[in-house]
Amino acid sequence: MSFSADSYISEIIAEFEQAPRNVPRAFSRRSILKFTGAAGAGLVLAFSLTPSSAEAAAAMAAKDFAPNVFLRVAPDGGIVIISKGPEIGQGIKTAFPLIIAEEMDAAWADVRVEQAMINPAIYGRQSAGGSTSIPNSWDQLRRAGATARAMLIAAAAKQWNVPASECTASASKVIHAASNREATYGSLAIKAAALPVPDATKLTLKTRSEYKLLGNRFTGVDNLAVVTGKPLFGIDQTVPGMLYAVYEKCPAVGGKVASANLDYIKTLPGVKDAFVLEGNGITSEVMPGVAIVADSTWSAFKAKRALQVVWDESGASKDSWTKIIADAKRIAKQAGADSIQKIGNVDEALKGAAKTVEAFYSYPFVPHATLEPQGCTAWFKGDEIEMWVTSQTPERARTNVAKMLNLAEEKVVMHQLRAGGGFGRRLVNDPVSEAAAIAQRVNAPVKLQWTREDDMRHDFYRPGGFHQFTGGLDANGKLIAWRGHFITFTSDGKTPVSGGNIAATEFPAPLLANAEITQTMLPLMTPCGAWRAPRSNAIAFAVQSFIHELAVAAGRDHVEFLLEIMGEPRWMAPQNPGALNTGRAAAVVKLAAEKSGWGQPLPKGRGRGLAFHFSHAGHFAEVAEVSVDAQKRITVHKVTVAGDVGPIINLSGAENQCQGAVTDGLSTMLNLQVGIENGRILEGNFTEYPILRMKNAPIVEAHFIQSDFPPTGLGEPALPPVAPAIANAVFAASGLRLRNMPLRNEGVTI
Amino acid sequence: MFKVNGTEQSLEGIDPSTPLLWVLRDTLGLVGTKYGCGIAQCGACTVHLNGQPIRACVTPISAIEGQAITTIEGLATDKLNAVQQAWIDYDVAQCGYCQAGQIMTAVALLKDKPAPTDADIDQAMSGNICRCGTYVRIRQAIHAAAKGGVA
Ligand code: FES
Ligand code: FES
Repeated sequence: MSFSADSYISEIIAEFEQAPRNVPRAFSRRSILKFTGAAGAGLVLAFSLTPSSAEAAAAMAAKDFAPNVFLRVAPDGGIVIISKGPEIGQGIKTAFPLIIAEEMDAAWADVRVEQAMINPAIYGRQSAGGSTSIPNSWDQLRRAGATARAMLIAAAAKQWNVPASECTASASKVIHAASNREATYGSLAIKAAALPVPDATKLTLKTRSEYKLLGNRFTGVDNLAVVTGKPLFGIDQTVPGMLYAVYEKCPAVGGKVASANLDYIKTLPGVKDAFVLEGNGITSEVMPGVAIVADSTWSAFKAKRALQVVWDESGASKDSWTKIIADAKRIAKQAGADSIQKIGNVDEALKGAAKTVEAFYSYPFVPHATLEPQGCTAWFKGDEIEMWVTSQTPERARTNVAKMLNLAEEKVVMHQLRAGGGFGRRLVNDPVSEAAAIAQRVNAPVKLQWTREDDMRHDFYRPGGFHQFTGGLDANGKLIAWRGHFITFTSDGKTPVSGGNIAATEFPAPLLANAEITQTMLPLMTPCGAWRAPRSNAIAFAVQSFIHELAVAAGRDHVEFLLEIMGEPRWMAPQNPGALNTGRAAAVVKLAAEKSGWGQPLPKGRGRGLAFHFSHAGHFAEVAEVSVDAQKRITVHKVTVAGDVGPIINLSGAENQCQGAVTDGLSTMLNLQVGIENGRILEGNFTEYPILRMKNAPIVEAHFIQSDFPPTGLGEPALPPVAPAIANAVFAASGLRLRNMPLRNEGVTI
Repeated sequence: MFKVNGTEQSLEGIDPSTPLLWVLRDTLGLVGTKYGCGIAQCGACTVHLNGQPIRACVTPISAIEGQAITTIEGLATDKLNAVQQAWIDYDVAQCGYCQAGQIMTAVALLKDKPAPTDADIDQAMSGNICRCGTYVRIRQAIHAAAKGGVA
């Protein structure tokens, strides 16, 4: 088991792999198991992390229940945790072990983390998307830590012949203050392993005020490897004898290979083979194309440039972004055919309104553009395939490959590697399926490498979209009616494309007496997908900008106007973390206002803008401070972020995510888009897709309300308010109202 | 022949048009230097040629005959370079993919300007994209490394 440097854990996992059903039935009734597999291993606990408590219960009941996380306290004092979460930049590999270490009172310096291999039979569901990793695992991780602590304390108490209740624990030591004795966890590990596992549900967990680790700043556990250039990422994988592959697909999705100059390509230096793959026609798996296999990445890249393919585009996408824009503008003022939300009587309310405001907002398609382009390494061995992946949904990747190659799932061995950025791109596993299909034809390990252009032109894009709004204000400037027509896309004629839907609960509709949201779906073939804070990343721009327009029309302060909409503190669906809590919402708005100096005078040409958004269980309000000059050149001086995602696990990681979200939000709203014509994505590299550079990165000040709600992720919810806060600040500074992203299309520069 | 991190390497049998990036990664197994764009736009592939930062993705090996290359793997000798240490202290990385290139550019900057201003840093680092948006921390870490006395 090369993936783990800890031989004891490896042995135990190997045992599981070979015979998962050898796990004694008795174990299935417990949530945390003790392992005595390897002599001298010390205390080894195994437990199961599952996405929801319902799934946890199902896993416990299953006959072949197998744990998916291992915690080992070694006799030498080392504490090893096998972490299951894919690391895609949200710091999960650091956060998970911190939660365990906190409850077990371990010294952080003693803790070491290993990445788990992908075998759902062993590790359960592994994915990183929708900011779910932390909330799903919070309780299970804490109970595992508390169990280890209780067993180590029990071992010490037994050794000293004192009651366990008189012992405390701190920094990897058990302490008996009364007799002034202490023992290290390492020295207790073997003895603890001989004791029974206490019932995890009966253990008392720490309260927030007792935390010693959580909420402080910790540097990521892989940082040394990152700064010294160690092989960590998917692209870094090498296997002896490995070949290098590229894959050329039709620039318009859905096109097939009619012919290609394969004979010529095969004569090029370094090229080992070139062949057509029919694919299975599923965009998230394998679309038709030409594979070139060579002895180096460069030979493959060079041959790809010489490749000439005649595409049969009879069934290919003809999508055109300019046509889409024209269509959307034409129908915007009508009501959409689909009713998403209807409360009260909007027509009546608008008739009686003292003032009405109308506006049209738009935003374009954007790719994920992870800095590590897509890729995957695969080795087909006849009756088995071994793969090295950077997936946010590795278990799904595995199922797809097994089905496509007609192999049993356990014959698809997947290693999880660090990914150079996810942002939702790696929720879809097309590069994994492609690598498997290519590997099946190659008698050697093969690394599929997408070029940057492949990556930008064959993505699952954040769908563009359009919003036509009408709002009504009464004589007191109160918002009494809201009408929104959302224009999005469908590829099956029935449901909106992934990442292109709007919820009935979308703010502020459910909080108003009269609200209506309708939807029109335009046909589309271009693949779409989840992009950091799906839906919210774009809808928040339109909604929160329009709310500001209404506040301005009402002649009222934006903070006060927003708080009035939120109204009394209430949880829209009690106990559902996915539902807006207006109390938490109002609190972050007030905090952002207070910390940003809201209301204090600014020099001419400089303004503050506010936006709130609730998504992915996170309540966030942000205030941007922006200058605008006569040439529409903007400077974003500072963005104040106020968020409530429950307790913060690693403050450094949390602040880094806020910083990243604000930079990403600004970068995207300002300059980023892909055009689509004749089914083709026009942009291909960073020259045409100008990601924000250092000199324009705003200073971010993050403030967190550390409530006692279970912690939820903040990789996503910090992003949506960024664009509207900046757009609203531009208006405050200059009177210029920006309703279309990216702003560069409106002549705005930075 | 050329030198990588102090070791002589032969270029025999390698297509002279091959960019240094792929020789480092595929031939020499030095995978710390990253591929991001292939057209000198992102800086992920930054290495030092005789101490100066260059983009390995557009530097054919024919251009480096007889010269000395330093990659991220060759930066730390007996201990970490102050820039690497500052990157850890400031927990700069998110996904981490851009950081080898960022560090190589930063090290070259500090050689040139031991006490850079914000503007110096922004200027020197302008060729390095961080898709995760860690720019502000990078700037802080460079200042910290400068204070730590990187010569
Ligand atoms: S890979 Fe060389 S600059 Fe992007
Ligand atoms: S840390 Fe991800 S690209 Fe910079």
